[in-house]
Amino acid sequence: MTSPILATEGLTVRFGGHVAVDAVSCAFQTGELTAIVGPNGAGKTTYFNLISGQIPASAGRVLLRGRDLSGQSVSQRTRAGIGRAFQLTNLFPNLSVLENVRLVVQSNAGQGMNLWSMASRHAELTEAAEAILTRVRLIGNRDQTVSELSHGNQRKLEVALLIALDPAVYMFDEPTAGMSVDEAPVVLDLIAELKEQRDRTILLVEHKMDVIRTLADRIIVLHNGALAADGDPATVMASDVVQEAYMGRELEDV
Amino acid sequence: MIKAVLSGDMPRSVVLASILGLILFCLALAPFLFPGVRTVDTAARICVFVVLVASYDLLLGYGGIVSFAHTMFFGIGAYGVALASTHLGRGFDALAGGALAGAGVAAALAFVIGLFSLRVRAIFFAMITLAVASAVAVLVSQLSGLTGGEDGLTFQTPRELGPAFKFGDELFGVKLNGKLLSYYLVFTGSLILFLLMLRVVNSPFGRVLQAIRENDFRAEAIGYRVVRYRVAATCLSAAVAALAGSLYAIWLRYVGPDTTLSMEIMIDILLMVVIGGMGTMYGAVIGATVLVLAQNYLQNLMGAAGSAIEGLPVLPQLLDADRWLLWLGVLFILSVYFFPTGIVGRLRRS
Ligand SMILES: Nc1ncnc2c1ncn2[C@@H]1O[C@H](COP(=O)(O)OP(=O)(O)O)[C@@H](O)[C@H]1O
Ligand SMILES: [Mg+2]
Repeated sequence: MTSPILATEGLTVRFGGHVAVDAVSCAFQTGELTAIVGPNGAGKTTYFNLISGQIPASAGRVLLRGRDLSGQSVSQRTRAGIGRAFQLTNLFPNLSVLENVRLVVQSNAGQGMNLWSMASRHAELTEAAEAILTRVRLIGNRDQTVSELSHGNQRKLEVALLIALDPAVYMFDEPTAGMSVDEAPVVLDLIAELKEQRDRTILLVEHKMDVIRTLADRIIVLHNGALAADGDPATVMASDVVQEAYMGRELEDV
Repeated sequence: MIKAVLSGDMPRSVVLASILGLILFCLALAPFLFPGVRTVDTAARICVFVVLVASYDLLLGYGGIVSFAHTMFFGIGAYGVALASTHLGRGFDALAGGALAGAGVAAALAFVIGLFSLRVRAIFFAMITLAVASAVAVLVSQLSGLTGGEDGLTFQTPRELGPAFKFGDELFGVKLNGKLLSYYLVFTGSLILFLLMLRVVNSPFGRVLQAIRENDFRAEAIGYRVVRYRVAATCLSAAVAALAGSLYAIWLRYVGPDTTLSMEIMIDILLMVVIGGMGTMYGAVIGATVLVLAQNYLQNLMGAAGSAIEGLPVLPQLLDADRWLLWLGVLFILSVYFFPTGIVGRLRRS
């Protein structure tokens, strides 16, 4: 196997006495889509928070292309190639839909410290942002203020910001949660497209088993913060630990 | 053309555009339209406060950063010019040197304060600025050997900016003297500084500031180093405030704690930015104009109204000229209540 793009080694965080993520060691290969599953409170979001740097680890480390990211800020990790879409929508509420995406494109273009030129004159940034909006089917809402968007469209925009960032490592945290049945496929198709590119690494927290079955190359299971199972989808889904722990329920739903 | 000068940030309201046009017209021709020492003085004060308030809006309205040290930076610029003119002699080189040094010191101080406090939390910054501003105010009054203490410093500006300098006879009944030149120095300087700030808030950098104000957590997560942007905005805002202070000192040929450093001016700035409309830049123009005019003329107006209704119960006392601050307070509460987005926000909505 080639060396992993992203790895966590004994990654742990404690909140008071509660161990939310418990010594998780895991490596991710470029081009691989890994589904992360586990019941609510298992530590999936917290695991993401540790990788993207929103909270510091109590122990263990995160390696990107073999380089230790300890002590690096969120923005440094973002620029190094770790991108994140949030479980709880986290946008710029009083700016337009276009401006939200444009800000991400502008960040990638390294134009943030440009004090002189007029932002509205950077047609290339606006066009790139519009192209993203077309892909997520939000182009019709281009000039709407984000706080006026429906919940489903806000979730789409959440995903759009990550797609605009286009990092080496994509982390999606329940991207379709709260979306209607006709909105979710747009997002899932985008994730499938990214996977087809085969040059991006995708971590996907998702509860719907049918989605996981079609998209995932691999499943890891978190349980009480610890890594409970790790392997190809068929094996993991069939394993006792998963069947017993909680998945039986979910599988019956499908 | 106009679009480029305004950096693409159009007033977006006919009424607003008309009001701004009227203010610009009146300020540009103030010495001719309203000849008189007091009125021209009011016009110069409006020019300076537009810049001062706009630089505060850059910080508060765009960056979402609350600072109580804005008058300190204003004062640094004013004292810079005063000290340079006192020690280097009256000359344009002293004015320019003092203004640039003031802006440099203000930016450096803002950098240090920002680096220490903005890393922690934006609210911490507000507290630190309050502490530093109070300390500097005390320091200025204590170091009377250098700063003139509470009395301040009276100094001489170049002869060309004084009333004794005549460069012609009269134009439309207005004496062509150095005081006129001095006014146009203040007016032009203020206009340029305002347009520069309008440029900055509409630049990619300005957009990042807005993003940080909206959601600093996400701004960081899309790759912007939030602290860096906040510190940069603080430095820029401090430097511009200092330049406004320099212009004010050149106009008054005097600096003192009351004219530049006092907490009252800090409160005025806050009122102006809120009444005008935060995060709009044009709000600074309207807020500063309305408030400076109110401060200068409300007292007279109330005095006149008070004597007009003499004999009636209670009312004359309420309208007594000494109560003008009370009425200003009422005006403020009403405007915040009815125009939460300021005058500019209101005009743009209708
Ligand atoms: N900042 C925090 N402080 C204290 N406890 C936290 C914090 N973040 C998460 N937790 C706890 O860690 C556990 C894991 O939460 P989370 O990662 O959100 O779970 P999941 O995303 O798998 O549903 C939960 O018990 C949660 O209450
Ligand atoms: Mg979660």
